[in-house]
Amino acid sequence: MKKDKLVLIGNGMAGVRTLEELLKLAPDKYDITVFGDEPYGNYNRILLSPVLSGEKTIEQIMLNDIDWYEQNGITLHKGKKVVRIERARRRVVAEDGTMAEYNRLLLATGSSPFIIPVPGHELEGVIGFRDIKDVDTMLAASKRYQKAVVIGGGLLGLEAANGLLQRGMDVTVVHLLDTLMERQLDKTAATMLQRSLEQRGLKFLMEAETESIQGKERVQGVRFKDGSEIDADLVVMAVGIRPNIELARECGLHCERGIVVNDTMQTFDPRIYAVGECVQHRGITYGLVAPLFEQARVCANHLAEYGIGHYEGSVTSTKLKVTGIDLFSAGDFIGDESTEEIVMQDAAAGVYKKVVLKDNKIEGAVLYGDTVDGAWYFQLLRDGTDISEMREQLMFGQGHLGNAGHGGENAAAALPDDAEVCGCNGVTKGDIVKAIVEKGLFTLDDVRAHTKASASCGSCTGLVEQILADTAGGDYSAAQNTQPLCKCTDYSHDDVRNTITQEHLTSIRSVMETLDWRTPDGCSTCRPALNYYIISAWPDEAEDDSQSRFINERVHANIQKDGTYSVVPRMWGGITSPDELRAIADVADKYNVPLVKVTGGQRIDLFGIKKEDLPAVWADFNRAGMVSGHAYGKSLRTVKTCVGSEWCRFGTQDSTGLGIKLEKMTWGSWTPHKFKIAVSGCPRNCAEATIKDFGVVCVDSGYELHIGGNGGVRVKATELLCKVATEQEAMEYCGAFMQLYREEAHYLERTAPWLERVGLAYIKENIVEDADRRKVLYERFLHSQKIAQKDPWAEIADDSEKSGNFAPIKVVNATGLTK
Amino acid sequence: MSEWIEIGALDEIPRLGSRIVQTRDGDIALFRTSADTIFALRDKCPHKQGPLSQGIVHGNTVTCPLHNWEIDLNSGEALPPDEGCTNTFATRVENGVVMINLAAS
Ligand code: SRM
Ligand SMILES: Cc1cc2nc3c(=O)[nH]c(=O)nc-3n(C[C@H](O)[C@H](O)[C@H](O)COP(=O)(O)OP(=O)(O)OC[C@H]3O[C@@H](n4cnc5c(N)ncnc54)[C@H](O)[C@@H]3O)c2cc1C
Ligand code: SF4
Ligand code: FES
Repeated sequence: MKKDKLVLIGNGMAGVRTLEELLKLAPDKYDITVFGDEPYGNYNRILLSPVLSGEKTIEQIMLNDIDWYEQNGITLHKGKKVVRIERARRRVVAEDGTMAEYNRLLLATGSSPFIIPVPGHELEGVIGFRDIKDVDTMLAASKRYQKAVVIGGGLLGLEAANGLLQRGMDVTVVHLLDTLMERQLDKTAATMLQRSLEQRGLKFLMEAETESIQGKERVQGVRFKDGSEIDADLVVMAVGIRPNIELARECGLHCERGIVVNDTMQTFDPRIYAVGECVQHRGITYGLVAPLFEQARVCANHLAEYGIGHYEGSVTSTKLKVTGIDLFSAGDFIGDESTEEIVMQDAAAGVYKKVVLKDNKIEGAVLYGDTVDGAWYFQLLRDGTDISEMREQLMFGQGHLGNAGHGGENAAAALPDDAEVCGCNGVTKGDIVKAIVEKGLFTLDDVRAHTKASASCGSCTGLVEQILADTAGGDYSAAQNTQPLCKCTDYSHDDVRNTITQEHLTSIRSVMETLDWRTPDGCSTCRPALNYYIISAWPDEAEDDSQSRFINERVHANIQKDGTYSVVPRMWGGITSPDELRAIADVADKYNVPLVKVTGGQRIDLFGIKKEDLPAVWADFNRAGMVSGHAYGKSLRTVKTCVGSEWCRFGTQDSTGLGIKLEKMTWGSWTPHKFKIAVSGCPRNCAEATIKDFGVVCVDSGYELHIGGNGGVRVKATELLCKVATEQEAMEYCGAFMQLYREEAHYLERTAPWLERVGLAYIKENIVEDADRRKVLYERFLHSQKIAQKDPWAEIADDSEKSGNFAPIKVVNATGLTK
Repeated sequence: MSEWIEIGALDEIPRLGSRIVQTRDGDIALFRTSADTIFALRDKCPHKQGPLSQGIVHGNTVTCPLHNWEIDLNSGEALPPDEGCTNTFATRVENGVVMINLAAS
């Protein structure tokens, strides 16, 4: 089949990101040609500042080198500027005459620094700060000359000024207004910033309007409207950017400030797409990468003809990349009559924090000196979280919420080097930072492989990712939720899930074939994930592959450090009986069980059972009417209950009864990660329902349903989903919620991080507000339970072939092991 | 010492799975890959003696069930960046019967 032709104009961050996303979705769909007027592969423009200041090299900031284009069959015309788009003939023409035809065209021409058209602006030594060439010019100047003037006290100007200062120049920043970074900072923060930059040796000329640039061939000075003058050997203009729209405008595409696009990133000519700084979407142009990467994802999706995904605009946040200065701002941080603000200032410590609130939601924030909680405020802002309950602690930051939960994301920066990050493997922050720096690591997988941090229970993953982001640089991680599932593929969890559903794939093999897996059998990361995804997508047809399950799920018991197993029989709602206890005691005697323990989940665990005894142990339990407790599975674990209204003087409803009903409904269900439920009889909450994946707190008038909590390393309290009046409703909401989680969360993503990722509002839309959707989810849950609710113990204990596999294949006397 | 012992039928070992041979001095794990190659390793992970036989087999590698080290079935060596090695034993399959040579290499 002949492939369609896709041409990309602009070899920058947004355009190439779109190609990367496209190659993941539809690697063979297009013959791709790229024109870029810079003479390089694709590099990380935002890291030009650290290159200028000497903290990074050009090699370190390359994203895709020339090989990458070759490997992906992309024709790259580097150093070639496109000068004409001929829409009628569907081709583009470059300066040197190179032509390329297209079926689809993607414009990602970025923007150019605005050069104030004052007299003298074309002199040698007057430049913007945009690309490698500009950095080279500045570096050359810093070797030969002394005096630099940076016009513009915004983000870019200050980064340029700081870089030139680090390179030994005498730098003056000229700013039109009386405060720096007025678009990102309020007055107080701006003054603090100016003071600390002055301490480093930067000079400032505030409220100064440039009139002309002096000099014959090369710049010699700058003259201001008030008549004053300063000397300059280099002038960097950083007063704003202008989207590069000439090309689009000349071929008749509708442009305003940028190239106008719709929510699917199409211009007025539907064959022509545009992404990046050159576009104007819903009236807004962006100058930060996070929104551009979101645009790239949506655009790739449409180029691949998947036709889902809409870009609806972004809220952005700002950080200044000047080492040693911590500054963060987001949203509307100035406020008006309808808003209120909370301010915390410690001038001695150089800390200033301001949060602007409206209707108990965060509208904006400015942080100076201590930005640890920036990401957290930004998350609360984007999610529109109601903060009334944490208002008192808000300014002390997330760490202070302690057991009240809500994660611990941005603790990373504040940690000392000797702090243990991964408790499982005893890895400190210092170890991780060292590995990242010395080995040049970029991905979580690399860090896992080299340090073992987050390689075990994974509960420190968030922290490790943050250390990675802080150390390796680049603050664009917010836009990335599309990491490959594992090293066997480039596809993300979501890509894989979608393909399984759309292509009706019911075996691991077929998924690997369809998505061109790189390894013949996958690995121990992807196989369990794939196995889960096919089971949850196609419960009736999926081939459950036991060899692709972790050992615990394969033998329905928990492996212990010495290779023996522990066995937990199910005790519905935590209720037991003399008969069951007798059966447990008998098993413990018969198999010489070294330890019998009551678990944290209100069940009884028998430890130290040999693998070959497992089938016999199960058979004994089955005879006593007991089934597997699934204490080992990525599945429903336990439903904890308290005594409730039957006995307790405070009980408002029958919490034990409801707990048992819930456990009978949900047992056996496979889930992305373990799933725990609890039912408490009153708000005293003795069953700890507010740190469970699904928790019910009974009240006089009904049942409060809570979701997304967990204990563990990062304690997270639940969010309130809603209140219902009857047990039947509580069951229905529970089933629907579990099904949504089963169908949409990534494998090994527990409900708490999933909830953080998709937002409470999304869950409410599906489960509370849309009754039809809830019913459909609930029915799908019950249907899949018909297949899942088979006691795995009985299945194996009854099957002599399967149970035989638990014993050694042979016992021999001789051995060479000791020689 | 060269001592070939007959273990049992190939089909008694699940594909991409493992069975163990019990000996006086500890267990030996027999692995069967997707290509039906049989490998024999001492059933102790070089990390903390985890039972490798209980891991997930992929390619010519097994992932230890305790802390996810990856062990090369051919050499018994841990894959980098981990370091360590466990004993391997020669195997062969004749007419669907698995044989192993108990002289450790
Ligand atoms: C047996 C038990 C400890 C006990 O003796 O009390 C236990 C034992 C283990 N827990 Fe737990 N947890 C046990 C209750 C809990 C509880 C309490 C509860 O369920 O109410 C919690 C906190 C609640 C929660 O899950 O949020 C708990 C939070 C964890 C976590 C952290 C989970 C998280 O999302 O942060 C892990 C790590 C993981 O799953 O990745 C974990 C992992 C483990 C593992 C599976 C570690 C492992 O991979 O080997 C342990 C298995 C031991 C074994 O072989 O049986 N266990 N674990 C408890 C079994 C409960 C049961 O009857 O099924
Ligand atoms: C020094 C600096 C620091 C920054 N720091 C941050 C930061 O900390 N955080 C952040 O989010 N953002 C930052 N940015 C902004 C970020 O780099 C941009 O938003 C992003 O690079 C824009 O991507 P783009 O693809 O739209 O444009 P670009 O990356 O500029 O790519 C456009 C490309 O198209 C080429 N091109 C244009 N016209 C043509 C033509 N006619 N023919 C062929 N090629 C053409 C250009 O040469 C360029 O290579 C920074 C920018 C700079 C300069
Ligand atoms: S049972 Fe849980 S808390 Fe105890 S050691 Fe094991 S994982 Fe840690
Ligand atoms: S014992 Fe095998 S990885 Fe730790």
